[in-house]
Amino acid sequence: MATPKALIVRAPGTNCDVETSHAFELAGAETEVMHINRLLENPALGKQYQMLCIPGGFSYGDDIGAGRIFANQFRLFLDELIHDFKASQKLILGICNGFQVLMKSGALFDSPDQQATLTWNESGMYYDRWVNLAIANDHCVFLSGISEMYLPIAHAEGRFVAASEETLAHLTDQHQLPLCYSAGDGTVTGEKLEFPHNPNGSMANIAGMCDPSGRIFGLMPHPERYLDRTQHPHWTRKPEIEVGDGLAIFRNAVQAFA
Amino acid sequence: MLWEIDIHPAEGQPDLVANSIRGDAPDLGLQQAFGVRAARGYLIEGSFTRDQVEKIAEQLFADPVVEKTVIGPAGDSIFDTGSNGSQVVHVLPKPGVTDAVAESAEKAMLDLGLTPVGVRTFQKYWIDNLDPPEVNFLCEKLLANDSIEEVRKGQLDLSELGHGAAYDFELKTVEFTNATEEQLLEINSNGQLSLNLEELLTIQEHYRELEREPTDIELETIAQTWSEHCSHKTLAGRIEYRDENGTVHFDNMLKETIFQSTVDLMEEFGEANWCVSVFKDNAGIVEFDDRFNIAFKVETHNRPSAIEPYGGANTGIGGVIRDTLGTGLGAKPICNTDVFCFADPRTDSREVPPGILHPRRVMKGVVAGVRDYGNRMGIPTVNGAIYFDDRYIGNPLVFCGNVGILPKDKSFKEPQPGDRIVSIGGKTGRDGIHGATFSSDTLNTDSEKVSGGAVQIGNAITEKMVADVLIQARDRNLYNAVTDCGAGGFSSAVGEMGEEIGAEVWLDQAPLKYDGLTYTEIWISEAQERMVFAVPEKNVEEMIRLCESENVQADVIGEFVPGGKLTLKYQGQVVGELSMKFLHDGRPPTVRQAVYQPPAEQPVSASSTDFGADLEKILSSLNVASKEWVIRQYDHEVQAGSVIKPLVGAENDGPGDAAVVRPCLDSRRGVVISNGMNPHFGDFDTYHMAASGIDEAIRNCVAVGADPNRIAILDNFCWGNTDRPEMLGSLTRAAIACRDMARQYKTPFISGKDSLKNEFMDRETNRRIAIPPTLLISAMGQVDSIDQCVTMDLKKAGNALFLIGATRNEMGGSHWSIINDEKGGCVPRVDAERAKRLYDSVHQTIVHGWIRSCHDLSEGGLAACLAEMAFAGMLGVDVDLSDMAIDDQPQPDNLVRLFSESNSRFVCEVAPENIELFQQGFSEEAITRIGTVTDSESFRISDQTTVLIDTNIRQLKNCWQSVLAW
Repeated sequence: MATPKALIVRAPGTNCDVETSHAFELAGAETEVMHINRLLENPALGKQYQMLCIPGGFSYGDDIGAGRIFANQFRLFLDELIHDFKASQKLILGICNGFQVLMKSGALFDSPDQQATLTWNESGMYYDRWVNLAIANDHCVFLSGISEMYLPIAHAEGRFVAASEETLAHLTDQHQLPLCYSAGDGTVTGEKLEFPHNPNGSMANIAGMCDPSGRIFGLMPHPERYLDRTQHPHWTRKPEIEVGDGLAIFRNAVQAFA
Repeated sequence: MLWEIDIHPAEGQPDLVANSIRGDAPDLGLQQAFGVRAARGYLIEGSFTRDQVEKIAEQLFADPVVEKTVIGPAGDSIFDTGSNGSQVVHVLPKPGVTDAVAESAEKAMLDLGLTPVGVRTFQKYWIDNLDPPEVNFLCEKLLANDSIEEVRKGQLDLSELGHGAAYDFELKTVEFTNATEEQLLEINSNGQLSLNLEELLTIQEHYRELEREPTDIELETIAQTWSEHCSHKTLAGRIEYRDENGTVHFDNMLKETIFQSTVDLMEEFGEANWCVSVFKDNAGIVEFDDRFNIAFKVETHNRPSAIEPYGGANTGIGGVIRDTLGTGLGAKPICNTDVFCFADPRTDSREVPPGILHPRRVMKGVVAGVRDYGNRMGIPTVNGAIYFDDRYIGNPLVFCGNVGILPKDKSFKEPQPGDRIVSIGGKTGRDGIHGATFSSDTLNTDSEKVSGGAVQIGNAITEKMVADVLIQARDRNLYNAVTDCGAGGFSSAVGEMGEEIGAEVWLDQAPLKYDGLTYTEIWISEAQERMVFAVPEKNVEEMIRLCESENVQADVIGEFVPGGKLTLKYQGQVVGELSMKFLHDGRPPTVRQAVYQPPAEQPVSASSTDFGADLEKILSSLNVASKEWVIRQYDHEVQAGSVIKPLVGAENDGPGDAAVVRPCLDSRRGVVISNGMNPHFGDFDTYHMAASGIDEAIRNCVAVGADPNRIAILDNFCWGNTDRPEMLGSLTRAAIACRDMARQYKTPFISGKDSLKNEFMDRETNRRIAIPPTLLISAMGQVDSIDQCVTMDLKKAGNALFLIGATRNEMGGSHWSIINDEKGGCVPRVDAERAKRLYDSVHQTIVHGWIRSCHDLSEGGLAACLAEMAFAGMLGVDVDLSDMAIDDQPQPDNLVRLFSESNSRFVCEVAPENIELFQQGFSEEAITRIGTVTDSESFRISDQTTVLIDTNIRQLKNCWQSVLAW
């Protein structure tokens, strides 16, 4: 098959588009970064891509609530494109602000209600720090073959909250909560971990969520920030590191079209 | 109709705003326990139905999972106004103050098919168990800032949002040519022009020759252009300097010292010269690789940050980012560096003079301002420092720096006659009127009231949008020149760009935030996020289309017209006409006196009884203590170029010497950023302070692997009132040191900035507080390959520890002296030629991979350096100082060995197999083997059989981390 194409959609305030595009290219994809206005003018432009990615940043300043305005644009004007992606087994990835956008656009849920959200960190503060992650199940295409990762987070509104305990159970049952913060031992626990293992107070230590198909995935950590060995905070201590953990997520995406 | 939407945390969700208020109140002097709840809210003006407002609330403003809303007409009885005895307080931005959230809300409502007349945001608080005077105290100290916000208690009795009144044009001239000296001074102070009498008389003479009176806008333009902030008239002026070596006359002090040293170095580099553009553009530019150059600028934003810390710091970082965006034909920002100076944040609130903010509030506000702007711009903040001294109480310092990268062929600009003047980005409002002249005045207890208008609030996303289109327009070659609107607004930007040609400006064409601005206000407004371009007429349409395609405001506001005149028009009528020559060269030269007498050296009288206790005290002193609380709030990894992070080591929490970033993801070449500053040394001798600052900045760069022959530096002078000869003397002396050091290190200064008159007059006590002489040296180095970089954390037990460089008995201004209240001692000096040789050797051993870790010695000397290396690596050390010599002193002195702050020194960790190779890289006297890394938590320093310090690395780390762990 021809090289799969990834569309990286940026809005005013998106700021991780360049490195996210770089990550897809390293993984073997062709990429294009496009302003949301082009897509709003002509949503059909999106149909030629196999992958759509909403990168990190502060879309529209995150002024009203992280990702909310960008999410409304997807929900109100691009639902057909999202539907088309779902129907044709294509992939959608949201990183950090992109995850917030996916969450608030409704694209991750199997009902019209917003079943969960990402809100202010328990500390009320923005943090940039590295976290250990463990994988709860192999349902999500992007996480295939990965057991654990060490990646940076950088956000103020990353605390995962499900609308209720029942919703949380429902999402868990459908394998929609595959990525969790961990204590570095590679295991997933139902108990809420202490800060800084669980850096924002997320319910059930959730760091990433997918739709029921496992083909639309959002995560708070930044895989595009750990592709090269010199991005690891301990690279000068660990000469054995060869490649960054984050690359596997992009490779899995490209691999899905091989 | 005016609708109100209140948004509360839903049941079971934390009230984070209230928690933060409860946490801060005691530090600001409110000891009493009280209850507080918080909500955020929106006021929406427009003819909407309740259903529509509910839709807005549900689909836009509130998060249905974690928040609940209350909706009604503003001030309706549905809103809780204190039913159970609570006092209700609303805090709203004052009319005209930038409200970024409201701007976004207005645009987002259009997506829902609803068009508001206006939107305004507010915060709402319900306060329990406090009497009204205490509530007022809380509002004043914590909840609101009077310079930008208003407080409304009880019901919100508003029926509409103010939108400004229409402006009726009227040309204003000023009776000037026949004015007496007193009248001139009155015109000056009434108009906040900040000109001196000689300048006023020169202007008067000019208009007498023209045989007409000046218009108000002409006087404003001259005042802005001649302001200290824009023209650096003091330091670039004539100075007669006298010290123990005699008298020196300077015609242009900066040009003959710092700038001259760069000119000399560029000549010396010859064919290999790597400086591209120095001291002329918005930032200095040097070569990076075959494709790119890099630009670096550090600015201060001190006065605005003193009055409104969040907005001041916010627009400080916004401004310096525009500096690099407006360098050459536009550089892409790749990282930020931020250095702050504050008084002790633990100061008793009763000791804070009236009229100024508590240092803790200043610090929190400044950090938040830098965080919110830098993070939103997507520029990693990779380096910084915070310095504490009580003399910063009235004048906190905020240095914001930015590095940008630009293609080699986009490094120069030149506007052409006939080019259109195009303004893009933010609209113009009354923001920051008189910022340029205000920052040239001394602050006093009335400053908050008089100068409130000078405070601006930024909107980072507007600037990010500008940056996005600027780079595209640059790469499509759409314009001939670009610069930012900084201090002085359009008047400075257009005035500078058109200096060689002439310009005509159509002020009514500038887009306004609201009605009512006079033509003069439009011209001098310092509204943020605006850039000005010189666009050839044939490209104007494409430029504007490009901006529109990303929702960026763009307008043609004039033309560069040959003739050497600056013509200002409003609705077709000339409102001002000035000759560029008079504007830029007409300022009368002043000769200023500068004297310096270094204080006599005093012996050290204090002594130590417990070196271990001294070390703990140093590690927990504010300047040395961990700044992790600040660093983690900055995104230091966006753009994915992070190589050496600000916090390093086994637990990601050790203090890195310098940051390394890789700006091009397809290359291994790196940029290194560090800084050096030590105001305490200035109390001894500003020459040695400056020399030490330069050495510190360079050695920090070298410690991580930068090539010592490719480091460029910047100066930022922040001083007290240089109208006093001894103040100007101490500054001139520092500038002379800069010249000398730059030459000897072969390290060129490429840009600089100054902020003078940093003094605070406490009108109640008549106490004048001048900041200590503060020179920030910012360094930008380069590494050929990032894979060669080293960090400061110890790596492996069994490795050897070496001290590199000479130690002298230099306890003056050291941190050991500070914690012991010791005023004596000899201040550290710099032997630059010796240091240069050493740095070349260190670099070679790093390139060869013989050094596993390297840390420079600075505050706290050898003991603090070893402690930081050990607890960053979570490994122990066993050190014996008996081989460590002290220069010019035959007697061993363990106090000096442990705590002297002699410059140009490092500790290096070397693996056993590389010891011999490493040693061959240095002359014998330059290095001393002092110990070994151990696989333990033990931190042990001895002198043969005498144990000097025996403690545990966790204990030391805890001392270092707990002080500022807010």
